[in-house]
Amino acid sequence: MKALCWEGVNELAVEQVPEPELRNDQDMIVRLLAGTTCGSDLHLIGGYIPAMRAGDVIGHEFVGEVVETGRGVRKHKPGDRVVVCSFIGCGRCWYCANDLWSLCDNTNTNPGIGQALFGYETGGIFGYSHAMGGLRGSHAEYVRVPFADHGAFPVPEDVDDVSALFVSDSVPTGWMGADLGGVKPGDVVAVWGCGAVGQMAARAALLKGAERVISIDRIPERLAMTERYIGSETIDYTRTDVAAELRERTGGRGPDVCIEAVGQEAHSDGIGHLYDKVKQQLRLQTDRPTAVRQAIHACRKGGTVFVLGVFAGAVDKFPLGAIVNKGLTLRGAQMHGQRYIPMLLEKVAAGEISTAHLATHTVPLDEAPRAYDLFKHKEDGCVRAVIRP
Amino acid sequence: MKKIMWFPVLAAGAVAVRKARSRKAGDGRPGDRWLTVTVNRPPEEVGSKGELPPPLDAFATRIDVEIRTAPGDRGTELAVRAKKRPSALATSLPGRLAAQDPRQELRVALREAKSLLETGEVMRPDAPPTTHDRPGGKVIALASRRSGGEGVL
Repeated sequence: MKALCWEGVNELAVEQVPEPELRNDQDMIVRLLAGTTCGSDLHLIGGYIPAMRAGDVIGHEFVGEVVETGRGVRKHKPGDRVVVCSFIGCGRCWYCANDLWSLCDNTNTNPGIGQALFGYETGGIFGYSHAMGGLRGSHAEYVRVPFADHGAFPVPEDVDDVSALFVSDSVPTGWMGADLGGVKPGDVVAVWGCGAVGQMAARAALLKGAERVISIDRIPERLAMTERYIGSETIDYTRTDVAAELRERTGGRGPDVCIEAVGQEAHSDGIGHLYDKVKQQLRLQTDRPTAVRQAIHACRKGGTVFVLGVFAGAVDKFPLGAIVNKGLTLRGAQMHGQRYIPMLLEKVAAGEISTAHLATHTVPLDEAPRAYDLFKHKEDGCVRAVIRP
Repeated sequence: MKKIMWFPVLAAGAVAVRKARSRKAGDGRPGDRWLTVTVNRPPEEVGSKGELPPPLDAFATRIDVEIRTAPGDRGTELAVRAKKRPSALATSLPGRLAAQDPRQELRVALREAKSLLETGEVMRPDAPPTTHDRPGGKVIALASRRSGGEGVL
């Protein structure tokens, strides 16, 4: 079958690879209907995420049709249309049982690597680093879904493939930022990043009752899209002082909750960007925490900063003093999708959350490297490129 | 060296340094601590010192076992340690890379026992593989092969 493979730093290729097999009784095989580029893929394509091997199939956000189930699968049958959570959870370890699914104890088949990097390993994820299991990704014609009863969810009939696709990862990731960030009615929430995850975090904050939501980016098309489809206010950080603007819009207090949806390759328009980029290239830090720093400084006293962006390791000039002296709560997580996906599919079906607008481009699997080019360079207003086998 | 190579090498180095430091810390049984997992099942399902869950049961005559209730409704703590202390050569970094450290197979068995008790199966990696080896990939492949027997247990 065809699949999009990582072949080295900034090298992608569509290749013929063997079809996946059922490896456990609780597995199933899904035929891809649609997948999408994700900002976190850019980190591993660019070599910022460790432990990739040439030939690894990438992709982790997808919707598909069940074609084969293992003996232990009870909830799905061939022909079902399902959205699959990007993180794999066993459903029965203490973490899964407590709705912390991305921390699953039993789905990372390379626990020693993750423990060396982070102290404890994460759960497994499709199409990502071998530190996170090294499982095959979804930019292929077929993908194996382990612990299928816990990670795949039927798509309501009235939700189309592309709308459902983003409920695999972007929507629950954004929702988690607002939920675990503790957004409550009356809050003012600032969201750094108007990509798919940032937009979904802003929408979640509004649905959870935030009085005002202010989204920050520099790409005009993304800012306009966020205003139109999400309903949040926006700030173009290239045209104003973000901290001053946020103070002005919040009566001098600062946002109650700040959600960072940017990640380790953050941009900014200041000298700090050059500093961070040089240190990252010299391997003196693994990540550029520009937006995290800004969020910590902008947050009101006693507020909460939630880090949704993907970070791999260590950063420099981290404002620990601001966290301590302003009494902030700092929290982050990879996404616990299984906790939210059924509810989010209902909200998409009910029209409370719009996702189809994120799919600015559609590309066949044969041309998947072009999808990542468009996405990486934000060409032609690309927010997400949908990849169809 | 391509930049993707740096992090695993640095991580392996950091772990080696950390382990070397722990050996200098006056530890009573250096390189031979209890290996422990917490199983999200009640103690009576995890077993007893005389009756261990598979695949740990294959080690029964060679290991000491502790089974105790975990605090805060977190299940059961299952701890094992080889009766015979491994040699310094076996537990050294070269020994571990050559899979000569007996704790490695014990860690694998402990992790598998936990997964079997909690889920009824041990998740296997994808097959057949799609990867092809380049120099950096060989390092990752070796780390992956040893991964189940390494870590912080």
